[in-house]
Amino acid sequence: MTETPQDTSPAKISFWYDPAKRSLLYQLGTLILVGLLGYYLLTNTRHNLERQSIATGFGFLQKEASFEIGESLISYTAADTYFRALLVGVLNTLLVAFIGIVLTVILGTFIGIARLSKNWLVSRLSLVYVELFQDIPVLLQLFFWYAFFYEILPSPRQALNPVAGVFLCNRGLVFAVPVFHPAHLLMGICLILGAGSVWWLHRWAGRRQARTGKPFPLIWAAPAILLGGPLLTWLLAGAPSRMNSPVLSGFNFEGGLTISPEFSALLLGLVLYTAAFVAEIVRAGIQSVGRGQTEAALSLSLTSGQVLRLVILPQALRVIVPPLTSQMLNLTKNSSLAVAIGYPDFVSVAGTTINQTGQAIEGVAMIMLVYLFFSLLTSAFMNWFNKKIAIVER
Amino acid sequence: MKRFAQCVSIILVMVMLCGWAAADTLEEVRKKGFIQAGVNGDIFGFGKPDEKGVWQGLDVDTARAIAAAVFGNADKVKYTPVTAKTRFTALQSGEVDVLTRNCTQTLTRDTAMGLDFCQVNFYDGQGFMVPKKLGIKSAKELNGATVCVLPGTTTELNAADYFRSNNMKMKPVVIENTAELYKAYFAGRCDCITSDTSQLAGNRAVAPNPADHILLPEIISKEPLAPAVRHGDNKWKDIVHYAVLAMIEAEELGVTSKNVDDMLKTSDPKIQRFLGVTPGNGEALGLDEKFAYNIVKQVGNYGEIFERNVGVNTPLKLERGLNALWTKGGLMYSPPFN
Repeated sequence: MTETPQDTSPAKISFWYDPAKRSLLYQLGTLILVGLLGYYLLTNTRHNLERQSIATGFGFLQKEASFEIGESLISYTAADTYFRALLVGVLNTLLVAFIGIVLTVILGTFIGIARLSKNWLVSRLSLVYVELFQDIPVLLQLFFWYAFFYEILPSPRQALNPVAGVFLCNRGLVFAVPVFHPAHLLMGICLILGAGSVWWLHRWAGRRQARTGKPFPLIWAAPAILLGGPLLTWLLAGAPSRMNSPVLSGFNFEGGLTISPEFSALLLGLVLYTAAFVAEIVRAGIQSVGRGQTEAALSLSLTSGQVLRLVILPQALRVIVPPLTSQMLNLTKNSSLAVAIGYPDFVSVAGTTINQTGQAIEGVAMIMLVYLFFSLLTSAFMNWFNKKIAIVER
Repeated sequence: MKRFAQCVSIILVMVMLCGWAAADTLEEVRKKGFIQAGVNGDIFGFGKPDEKGVWQGLDVDTARAIAAAVFGNADKVKYTPVTAKTRFTALQSGEVDVLTRNCTQTLTRDTAMGLDFCQVNFYDGQGFMVPKKLGIKSAKELNGATVCVLPGTTTELNAADYFRSNNMKMKPVVIENTAELYKAYFAGRCDCITSDTSQLAGNRAVAPNPADHILLPEIISKEPLAPAVRHGDNKWKDIVHYAVLAMIEAEELGVTSKNVDDMLKTSDPKIQRFLGVTPGNGEALGLDEKFAYNIVKQVGNYGEIFERNVGVNTPLKLERGLNALWTKGGLMYSPPFN
């Protein structure tokens, strides 16, 4: 007697009770709805703009901007286009964000480490710093620093002159800069080459120490290489030392380089505020490394500096980096508060552009895109860095 | 299925929100019972709350005149302080019904920005204020000056144009908040500050030492300041337009807030038509026949609101100048009310 082969395939499930198909249907439905909504928003906006006869499109970028900008990294006059004006704004934002991030990381790390110091005074001072600066809204801090610069400092005619060629007044810090000479280019190349060789030397010294146990005095060698090359080039080129010095003419100083009170106040405010958060992140990171690690390292007779540099920080970094990234993004985004204290950042320039052209939608879209781009770029870099320092299982 | 229903309801709400569009402002204003007016909030004499929190100023009185015309009650106004930058968006998006916020009428704003300007309520011009101690007598001596300007206005453009056409250099310091901007100027951050002369005078009046600052004689632009409404709502535009004109016409006819009740009994047909004793004007505008009476009775004629807010007896000390009636050498001129 042979059994009829049984149907081994599962019973047919109706369409609605198959989780896979059902979820596919939901996703498809959501996609269609979101798409329709997007389409509706787009056409509705366009219809409304047309009905109110508001101009649209990005054609205005090629028109003459006709407004002046207080400070710029590239040459700019009122006769340039809106595009160039916006570029000036983007560069100003980048400048303050980049310098701000570098200074914040350095200051925050120092304060964070000082917070854990065994010295009572040092650790208390750091605590006061952190509590003070992270508890006051950053906009108030910006107003404070800006008022500090223009209220305390004298007018250009009574400018403070601490060192020859350096003036401090309510128009900013004005100082002499060297007049360009071809040797400067060669000095720059020497510096880059020097940095390359220091990096190579560092790797070589590490390998040698791993092999023979002999340390290499990199801390002395590195500055010698970095500074020696450019200095030698400068001397060989006949020591060109013509300076572009600021002179008082009319209302203000002409020549030299000016760091405006707006830039200084914005940078100072953002750095001091964000560094307080970074300090706490660094402290948390260091404390996350087990006490046994320090004890083990000390028992190997490493100095306390070496313990910090070789044992604790590499492990703490893994905890520090992700929240640090978000603080970097915060600093970049907070830099848009510049408009409150007169620094011509991207939001400020875009605001003037929107006002003159009336094209708010395009302007705001550009503001969002630019900040999104900066943030994604910072994130991408920090994620790469995070991956690099992540624990390697051996 | 519950999640799906949630999604659908959220989307429906969003669609309804987007579909909202102000078509008939008069109808909406009547429905909600008050007028939402966008005002400056920072300029003494034009739109700023006094120490009791009551809004005062020429622009505030303009908004009150519109409320008097629509509701017969000048107090039915709510004020939204808007910055120079946000004002047009606030109007376009329907957040406010009318902008009475010293806005300069320009071609771009009247066309590409989707606005409609009504009768000018103040003829202004851009000037410069400098500290007296600089010893400057003319704006032509300002080459290389650091200039404080407010963003979001025609001021930035006018200043840049003036310096360019005179081959001079300027360094703008652009601060968004009016109060912060003047604070920076008074502390010496800038060599001069540029704005409409009415605003310079208004802010000088509240300066630490008003006598230390002078206005330079050059007027570098025409700034007709006018109330603005959304483009395409002609009925509402007419009402705002004629509310301002009614104050000008009242001054020309000699009707004031004090004598308006006596004027109701006058035999002058022009005044009878104006005050609605002879009907017609109100119906044409879709308003009460007494709208002009209400404006004059509750707010005053143009001369009265000018003297009360910015005139020679106020801290602003402004002469009538261009804002005098056409019969007295100014530009204030109303078409006949018939």
